[in-house]
Amino acid sequence: MSTELAATLIKLAVALGLLLNVVPIMVWVERRGSALMQDRPGPNRLGPFGLIQPLADALKFMFKEDVTPAAVDRPLYLMAPVLGLLPALTTFSVIPFGPDLTVRGHRIQLVVASAETGVLLFLALASLGVYSLVMAGYSSNNKYSLLGSVRASAQMISYELALTLAVVAVVIPVGSFELSKVVAYQRAHVWNLLPQILGFLIFLVASFAETNRLPFDLPEAESELVAGFHTEYSAMRFATFFMAEYISMTSLSALGVTLYAGGWSLPGVDLHGWTGAVLGLLILVGKIAVCLAVFVWVRWTFPRFRYDQLMRLGWKVLLPLAILNLIVVAAMTLAGWL
Amino acid sequence: MELAIFILFAGLALVSSIVVVTHKNPVYATLSLVLTLFSVAVLFVLLGAPFLAALQILIYAGAILVLFLFVLMLLNVGRQEGPSGHRVQLFTALLGGVAFAAMLVLLFWRQQGGPRPPAAPLSAQLVSLTALAQELFGRYLLQFEIVGLLLLVAVVGATVLARRPPPREPEAEP
Repeated sequence: MSTELAATLIKLAVALGLLLNVVPIMVWVERRGSALMQDRPGPNRLGPFGLIQPLADALKFMFKEDVTPAAVDRPLYLMAPVLGLLPALTTFSVIPFGPDLTVRGHRIQLVVASAETGVLLFLALASLGVYSLVMAGYSSNNKYSLLGSVRASAQMISYELALTLAVVAVVIPVGSFELSKVVAYQRAHVWNLLPQILGFLIFLVASFAETNRLPFDLPEAESELVAGFHTEYSAMRFATFFMAEYISMTSLSALGVTLYAGGWSLPGVDLHGWTGAVLGLLILVGKIAVCLAVFVWVRWTFPRFRYDQLMRLGWKVLLPLAILNLIVVAAMTLAGWL
Repeated sequence: MELAIFILFAGLALVSSIVVVTHKNPVYATLSLVLTLFSVAVLFVLLGAPFLAALQILIYAGAILVLFLFVLMLLNVGRQEGPSGHRVQLFTALLGGVAFAAMLVLLFWRQQGGPRPPAAPLSAQLVSLTALAQELFGRYLLQFEIVGLLLLVAVVGATVLARRPPPREPEAEP
């Protein structure tokens, strides 16, 4: 087996291991975090601090009865959860997680797929995630589910525009869509968070909408739509939607910290070689963890938006701000200030 | 390897595009169109144009077709019963198809041994992002701007058409 093939397999294993382990940890963090904020104990029976609870949850999901209602559109109904997981898992492959390594004379980049069009590839794959929601809602043959997926399709389109424009503003001064170049640029200058704070805020708000998290979880809004697009799902299929949500949160957080907060690097710390690779991965995971904590914090702090408020925020506030941000950044780059 | 991927996705593109025009359920037809666009994007990657592929998925599959589905679900368009389309529609569609096929044949024939020399293959330099940007914003700047203007006119036109006329003021009593 050639070194490069082995390296690719190991990188894939690292990325997949990271993404799949995020789910049980995040379930625990979400349940304990919400309990903390609402001044109640939360799950604390199984293991120290209830740490074994996610394992019990997973077992429960696997052994519950998997009900497929009689009136559903079967092919789409069965495909929808899996299609939600695919974009969430594949987008992470363009995120660099460490400095270049030299193994037996081969130069190995610590990113699963180092593509010239990295950021665009991420956005393109992420934009396919909405089909899972739409298919689930449509095929369930249920009014609440259908309403959920109608909302999902409109919401995703509206916020994708602002998200993409915010990302493009980061790409302009770097001059490349490749994420490792974005990290290199930030190591040479300063984290994009400082000069592009407006773009970062737009990215942050839009990413809540893109991952269907409160305050923008209109497609599942349990107070009006039962459970929205996944009302008719049970057992492991329902859990798959859950996994897709947490994994796309992780992937989007990874993109966010890579674009705005230096990715795997820290200012003033020189990372190279094997220790650098391990430390780089740990730094990236740490930054993602901070983002995920913010996701949980926001979810249990803000109430849900009304649908018209959501649309007004997306089209009348975020989109003009994103275009303004783009023009300012482009002008500053032209003037040589960035 | 590349040949296997090409055969797989070319076949997928063909089959799914046939499903697009023949399926009775509009939602299935739209979803097959997504599959078609995705397969064509993979073919773009094989041809060495990843930028085009990413844009195709981002804009067509990720945005425009989601709007299609949104409208289909909002209006709750049901299955279509019976044979689709009018006879005139079928006739014009056949005519268009034949004309397009003839154009393709002509193009290939001219490239094979016609009066013009065969076209140069796409080079990596030609499809790189920087080269593409330089061509687009240098040599073809005027055309690019005209296309932008055309899109702007279309947006304004669509807004005007979609806007309902304001309710007429009730006329004052004499």
